[in-house]
Amino acid sequence: MRVTLAIARRELSAYFSTPLAYVFLVAFVASTGAATFYFGNFMARRQADLTPFFDFHPWLYLIFIPAVGMRLWAEERRQGTSELLMTLPVTAWQTVLGKFVAAWTFVGIALALTFPIWISVNYLGDPDNGVILAGYVASLLMAGALVAVTSFASSLTNSQVIAFVLGVVASFLLMMSGLQLVLNLFSGWAPQYVVDLVASFSLLTHFDAIARGVLEMRSIVFFVILILLFLFLNRQVVEVWKMS
Amino acid sequence: MTPLIDVRSLRKRFGAVLAVDDLSFSVNRGEVLGFLGPNGAGKSTTMRIIAGFIAPTAGTALVCGEDIQSNPVAAKRRIGYVPEGSPLYGDMTPEGFLKFICDVRQMSREERRKAVATAIDRVQLDEVLHRRIDTLSKGFRRRVGLAQAIIHDPDVLILDEPTDGLDPNQKHLVRELIRSMGDTKAIIVSTHILEEVDAVCDRALIIDRGRVVADGTPMQLHARSPDFNAVSLKVTKAETDRAVKLLRAVPKVASVEAVEQIHGSTRLLVRPQDGEFIAEAVGAALHGAHLATTDMNNVVGTLDDVFRSVTLNQGR
Repeated sequence: MRVTLAIARRELSAYFSTPLAYVFLVAFVASTGAATFYFGNFMARRQADLTPFFDFHPWLYLIFIPAVGMRLWAEERRQGTSELLMTLPVTAWQTVLGKFVAAWTFVGIALALTFPIWISVNYLGDPDNGVILAGYVASLLMAGALVAVTSFASSLTNSQVIAFVLGVVASFLLMMSGLQLVLNLFSGWAPQYVVDLVASFSLLTHFDAIARGVLEMRSIVFFVILILLFLFLNRQVVEVWKMS
Repeated sequence: MTPLIDVRSLRKRFGAVLAVDDLSFSVNRGEVLGFLGPNGAGKSTTMRIIAGFIAPTAGTALVCGEDIQSNPVAAKRRIGYVPEGSPLYGDMTPEGFLKFICDVRQMSREERRKAVATAIDRVQLDEVLHRRIDTLSKGFRRRVGLAQAIIHDPDVLILDEPTDGLDPNQKHLVRELIRSMGDTKAIIVSTHILEEVDAVCDRALIIDRGRVVADGTPMQLHARSPDFNAVSLKVTKAETDRAVKLLRAVPKVASVEAVEQIHGSTRLLVRPQDGEFIAEAVGAALHGAHLATTDMNNVVGTLDDVFRSVTLNQGR
């Protein structure tokens, strides 16, 4: 535990060691705001809730999270510091978990910085804060899943650019698998249970289920399992590094 | 005494290339082992396996009795390792970096404070403690890498070309450091600089194509040089022929060669049979024949010669 935290702390401080982190945070907060007000018609809806705000999160994450997570392993390998890290008395799990926690925390900080919009909606009307809390939980879980996906993508390459592209593509596929567009690809020939299986992997469906305010257990478990699955794959890849 | 480093039948294959081929050796406490070999001989690969960075195809290495394969974390606790080129987190300061290493090695705050202070003192890092590592000179960066490796006072040190790319003063500092720790630890140092072997190592291992081709103290390696115990001397040009004839007749002399002409005198190299000591006999013979000589000395032979002879003859 201490080891994992030490790695997470180092990784998180690495984010803030460059101005890029602050640019990221500002860009994220600004774009959530812009999306909510311009595309989400936050004002014109005349409803005191944050539905348009949360609706845009998956799409912002699609770019934002691979950008945050792409360096996790790729940079380590490119700089050769992986040799230092992997010869310290740590297990692959501790490293994988430490890096994941750091990147997730960074996204969490970005998410927390959107608090002014919560204050605004409370000032303007009388929203159901329980639903807003559920929205934040859904958003954080979704972010966790995408961070795990990106971390895995980053472990596959020593190029940050490739890691970014892989992260975006994998995240996109996972998000879109519930849309009719994707399901149609399967429904023509595959049996119904395959179509259902593909649909059940959709991040968007589970995100909506939680964000509606019901905190559906099934969907929470889904995100947790997805995170663990990709962290496990991440660990396997890191173990395979040793072989080559 | 059980060795602190015990390498057993190590083998590593990269695709079609056999980088390490059934390599076995051990290093005891108090020994500084110089690890030599041409580029691509498998030095770094072997060190990486012992340090637990890559897994061998077959065989294993034991560090303080812990198997690096089956019990890697326990083994890594006992090792300090400086990888080739000493990679570091450039975004950190030396102080922050060393603290991070202590935290990962699970030291208490008090232990950490002492360990960081000791390491900084040993490698003389105080003046750059709060600067970003990527702004430091190569010499300081290498010192940070060394500090990181010795911070937990490990029993085993593995240093992959620790003096590579440093200036003579910095090299001297690193060698002093290695020598000062040599009595209490088992140390493996790889290097291309053969004078370094004489300077810091108790024992040298030359490997080529993943196999041991020579193993012994620096003196034993010198003895494998064709020039070991040869006698170098100068005679006047006029007397060269007489001297050569005379010296060829001296017992145990294998050959006499005129190696260079300088200002009217000739330098002769008298090589012995089987590295026998012939300086006295040569001196006596010259004295008996009233041949005046200058600059007579006993040649030890360079490790470069040994290195070349053992790494070029292996079936190439």
